[in-house]
Amino acid sequence: MSEAFWTYLFVIGSFSLYILIAIRSRAGTTNDFYVAGHDIHPALNGMATAADWMSAASFLSMAGLIAFLGYGGSVYLMGWTGGYVLLALLLAPYLREFGKFTVPDFVGDRYYSKTARVIAVICALFVSFTYIAGQMKGVGVAFSSFLGVPYTAGIFIGSAIVFVYAVLGGMKGITYTQVAQYCVLIFAYTVPAIFISLTITGNPIPQLGFIGNVNGTSVSLLDKLNTVVTDLGFTEYTATSKSMIDMFCITAALMFGTAGLPHVIIRFFTVSSAQTARKSAGYALMFIAILYTVAPAVGAFARLNFIDTVNEATYIQDDENYEERAASIRAEGEKPVPEWYKTWEKTGYIQYEDLNGDGKIQYRGPSAPDGLANEVVPNRDIFVLANPQIAELPSWVVGLIVAGGLAAALSTAAGLLMVISSAISHDLLKRTFAPNMSEKQEMLAARLAASAAVISSALLGAYASALPFVAQVVAFAFGLAAASLFPIIFLGIFWKRMNKEGAIASMLVGLISTFSYIVYFKFMGGTPDGWWFGISPEGIGFAFMLVSTPVGILVSLMTKAPPMEIQELVQDIRIPGTRHSHGMAEGGMAPIK
Amino acid sequence: MTTTNAHDPEGYWRATKRLTISLLTVWFLAGFGAGILFRDALDSFKIGGAPLGFWFAQNGSIYIFLILIVIYCIKMTGYEKKYGIKG
Repeated sequence: MSEAFWTYLFVIGSFSLYILIAIRSRAGTTNDFYVAGHDIHPALNGMATAADWMSAASFLSMAGLIAFLGYGGSVYLMGWTGGYVLLALLLAPYLREFGKFTVPDFVGDRYYSKTARVIAVICALFVSFTYIAGQMKGVGVAFSSFLGVPYTAGIFIGSAIVFVYAVLGGMKGITYTQVAQYCVLIFAYTVPAIFISLTITGNPIPQLGFIGNVNGTSVSLLDKLNTVVTDLGFTEYTATSKSMIDMFCITAALMFGTAGLPHVIIRFFTVSSAQTARKSAGYALMFIAILYTVAPAVGAFARLNFIDTVNEATYIQDDENYEERAASIRAEGEKPVPEWYKTWEKTGYIQYEDLNGDGKIQYRGPSAPDGLANEVVPNRDIFVLANPQIAELPSWVVGLIVAGGLAAALSTAAGLLMVISSAISHDLLKRTFAPNMSEKQEMLAARLAASAAVISSALLGAYASALPFVAQVVAFAFGLAAASLFPIIFLGIFWKRMNKEGAIASMLVGLISTFSYIVYFKFMGGTPDGWWFGISPEGIGFAFMLVSTPVGILVSLMTKAPPMEIQELVQDIRIPGTRHSHGMAEGGMAPIK
Repeated sequence: MTTTNAHDPEGYWRATKRLTISLLTVWFLAGFGAGILFRDALDSFKIGGAPLGFWFAQNGSIYIFLILIVIYCIKMTGYEKKYGIKG
């Protein structure tokens, strides 16, 4: 069976499954639509959170980034998992106890202010749209490189699928589809990793292969990798060119950003109590850790395999017969350029220029000891996509990877669409501008908003192909969430004195400063020499969080304390099961159990 | 939940804060400490074929994060019993 056959089989099979689930779990009420009835089992919610969380960036780009960045890639591993500790300990149980539908909903009610609510809506929309562009790009990549479907058409097919289950089923439909998508993506990620680990290290468990020896030798995998890459003029694999302060800030920005991301937080509104919210965070991190502890192994294997098969390989021109030419190259005792390379070359993901005219591919780092120039430029995203082919795995594995990549992108996109649609229908309309809407009208508004969000994000994805690597685009969303949303949610729970003025000031400072810094250094020609304290745009969200938090506290102290009923409400949510009715703050709350 | 223990929300909140602070200290030491700040010192030790600091940054810290949440869940359920809180 060919790769194309298996790919179509897995993709169509998994898509049908998602649609089927969507039809079976239609949402009847706004409670179903926004929070899946507040009654999802913590383990299922953990699985759904894991799928929601692990995006195209985690699935497609992360291992590739680690392969190239080596130790520097650790920021993603620690940052995208450590945030769950903050979420479980500081936010999730309390927010669940508060019993709201959305993040702006919490902000608006805790800070008794429509202005605060609207600013939180702006932050949430901003974060979600930045993030969703990355997902749509991932969908386009998976379709265009495997199914022969043009990039833009791929995005529209993917959006149509999300449209069906997000608009029909709301959070309820999304939850059950995400559970299925988690299973697809984790299977797709770990199976090839096990095969590759066996081939390279002889150990079927990638986490152990990673710290083991290269098959049949007494050299450890990482030592071997260090030798190979330094011989070619790259930085050692276990070292990094990033400064310590930058590593620290990026990791922190990703952690606090994770805890502040609205699409992750809303998942914890779907369980029944503070206790189940805590458990659910634990399950979520367990399911995430399965992929995240395998990723560094995949990255290391991919780097080694790539160098092994591509460096010093004799290039075969497009107009030559690949099989014949490869055979004659092998007869001369040389290695021909691998077949996967020729396949991927067509997609523009890898480029070769014969600078020294010897007909061979030289892969070199910036300080190559033999003085040769680098002739091949691979896109980092292909390392997961092409890994099964590089390792010569059976063709069904390739199909599996594609279905997994799509599952990762679609599940995250769906979670983000929920944030966008509920921010508009619930926070902007129902709670701010049209409070007299009936439940039915609100449902209709939610569905319309979800539809508009699908369409605009598809357009965004289609025209954002000029954006940098998927993972780096997504990294911006974290900075914004860390600087603008995390501090006020955290202070809203742990400091009763935090008031409306402080919250508004803190959100604005965080949002504007982080946004300007990123735009200046990423899109307006700012250079790394100009970075403040050597902190890159990826890590700046943390630095500005350290500014926006004290700003919020100072402004609060200089203005009058929040109303007594709000302070009592904060007191209540700290102790599960003690929440009372608190007048104005009560509107739109989930029933007290 | 029926319980024989007296309802003591202040005690519960004090215990919660204490637990949260100690777990977050470990969180900081595992991620930022072992993986970044003290990485070089830890690298003189090895786990299998990997330098220890590097391994913490790429694998070990994740295991610790998971253990922290598990401890938190168990302890908090215990506190809810002890202080008569309806979990």
